[in-house]
Amino acid sequence: MSLKLGVPSKGRLMEKTFDWFAKRGIALSRTGSDREYAGRVDGIDGISLVLLSAGEIPRELAAGRIHLGVTGTDLVHDKLPRWEQQVEEIAPLGFGQADLILAVPQFWADVETLDDLDAAAAGFRKVHGHRLRIATKYHRLVREFLTDAGVADYQLVDSQGATEGTVKNETAEMVADITSTGETLRANHLKILSDGMVLQSQATLWRSRVAQTSDADRAALNALLDQVQGG
Amino acid sequence: MPTRSEILARAARLRVVFEAAGGQIVDPPLLQSADTLLDLYGEDIRARAYVTSDALRGEQMLRPDFTLPVVEMHMQEGAEPARYTYAGEVFRRQEFDETRSNEYVQVGYEIFERNDPAAADAEVFALMQLQLKGLPVRAATGDMGILMAAVQGLQTTERRKAALMRHIWRPRRFRALLDRFAGRAPVPPTRAALLSCEGDVIGATPEIGKRSRAEVEGRIQALRDDAAEPPLAENQLLALEALLSVRETLPYAIERMHDIAVDLPQMLPALAALDARAAALKARGVDVDNLDFEATYGRTSMEYYDGFVFGFYAAARPDLPPVASGGRYDALTRLLGQGEEIPAVGGVIRPDLMLELEETRT
Repeated sequence: MSLKLGVPSKGRLMEKTFDWFAKRGIALSRTGSDREYAGRVDGIDGISLVLLSAGEIPRELAAGRIHLGVTGTDLVHDKLPRWEQQVEEIAPLGFGQADLILAVPQFWADVETLDDLDAAAAGFRKVHGHRLRIATKYHRLVREFLTDAGVADYQLVDSQGATEGTVKNETAEMVADITSTGETLRANHLKILSDGMVLQSQATLWRSRVAQTSDADRAALNALLDQVQGG
Repeated sequence: MPTRSEILARAARLRVVFEAAGGQIVDPPLLQSADTLLDLYGEDIRARAYVTSDALRGEQMLRPDFTLPVVEMHMQEGAEPARYTYAGEVFRRQEFDETRSNEYVQVGYEIFERNDPAAADAEVFALMQLQLKGLPVRAATGDMGILMAAVQGLQTTERRKAALMRHIWRPRRFRALLDRFAGRAPVPPTRAALLSCEGDVIGATPEIGKRSRAEVEGRIQALRDDAAEPPLAENQLLALEALLSVRETLPYAIERMHDIAVDLPQMLPALAALDARAAALKARGVDVDNLDFEATYGRTSMEYYDGFVFGFYAAARPDLPPVASGGRYDALTRLLGQGEEIPAVGGVIRPDLMLELEETRT
């Protein structure tokens, strides 16, 4: 057994993660063909690399099948109830910044805040006979945020992609989605509510609080922490 | 901890008592239409109830309580007046506290009766007290009808009253609205900017989605109208705040609220109903002189109650949820009755908690 480090298996997130570790003297690499999700770790002993979809890393950490993992704050907060008890944040990695925001059509001149949204939702329900629909894939985060803000008369509809287009297609009245620059939102004639920041997310290194560790694993973990936190 | 069979055996005994009091036994299904629950509670219910689904019926929820299915059943086929009793599991999704049960047994009693609501309130309360006899529990009571009447009695626009009523269950939102209507909260800069422009503020921005230009303009007009309204009168605001802080034994609470009603006279019919209930409770042998009354009781957790509310708590175990609770829910029958309505009151007991309390006593 060795200490397992879970890293996103493809794309910019993987490359930037590899870069981040490389700067700290730990070389992560994929082995074999491009299609094979195997990897190796050089520059430190007792650690093995597990390549996974970023969306699965929170679950694997919570199940203790990996000891360490790199994934976004948004995914950890949305997928793990009481995430603080299951994982510990070790280091924000400084990339993969994305904000989960609430956005409404630009032409809603009367809606700038959550307070406005709540009043607009009440009016919408009265006129249309159904609750105001918010397209999102972050159900739990958005629901908890709106409950806390005291917004009522809304309904979450699931959208796994092209969320910004749902308003134009009239499958939702507004969206709760990840944005980094806001350009896609503007292109789709949407604007962000001034107090509608649900979560600010970035790629983060997490430690599982539940994974079983041998003495050797603990030594490897301490060595890794020294190396990444010193760097 | 009591075993499941002990809990079920106790539930059966409790139901026999309710049956003897006139309750007709009903057994609503475990799966409820998610649509009805979502319409009533909004998305918040998803944090409290387990959702499942199939391709044919769509989303279903494991019943989070009995009241809703019993009301639905009564509104469809019930004769009047009616008394029902039931025993069975309810399911509550838990996301924050592992020590809270996600499945437990409730035994309940519900009255659908047009005449003499005070007597029906007292009947339910006294029956619960009888069932819990000998246990170290303390009753808390309140009356959502008084708070609602006070809000309706404010001298302000219907729109402001409707906004307050809509958030009567969300104390923080309610407070924020009250501060705004009283002119205590500053107008947000974006709102001030919107109100200061004249004429068309939408311009050529593309109109996308189902919420129409007319709706946007309608709300802007409403905001302008509201900005021209005077703030809530100081004496009414103070009276409402005084009401929110009433927490006494029933006779003193009644006295306090009669004083408050000088500034909010529309509370008086609700106070008369409270007087009648106190008399009915006394007639049933309840020690009303020592009964606690709290004007905001039931405001955060019991969303469909709109009159009498009560709970019985284990005095030495503040960590436990109420051993029994209930209240009046006239408005719920209106919402689910498709044009019909009937005054209704009911309550539930948790046999598991009763057994737990008995165990710690011995």
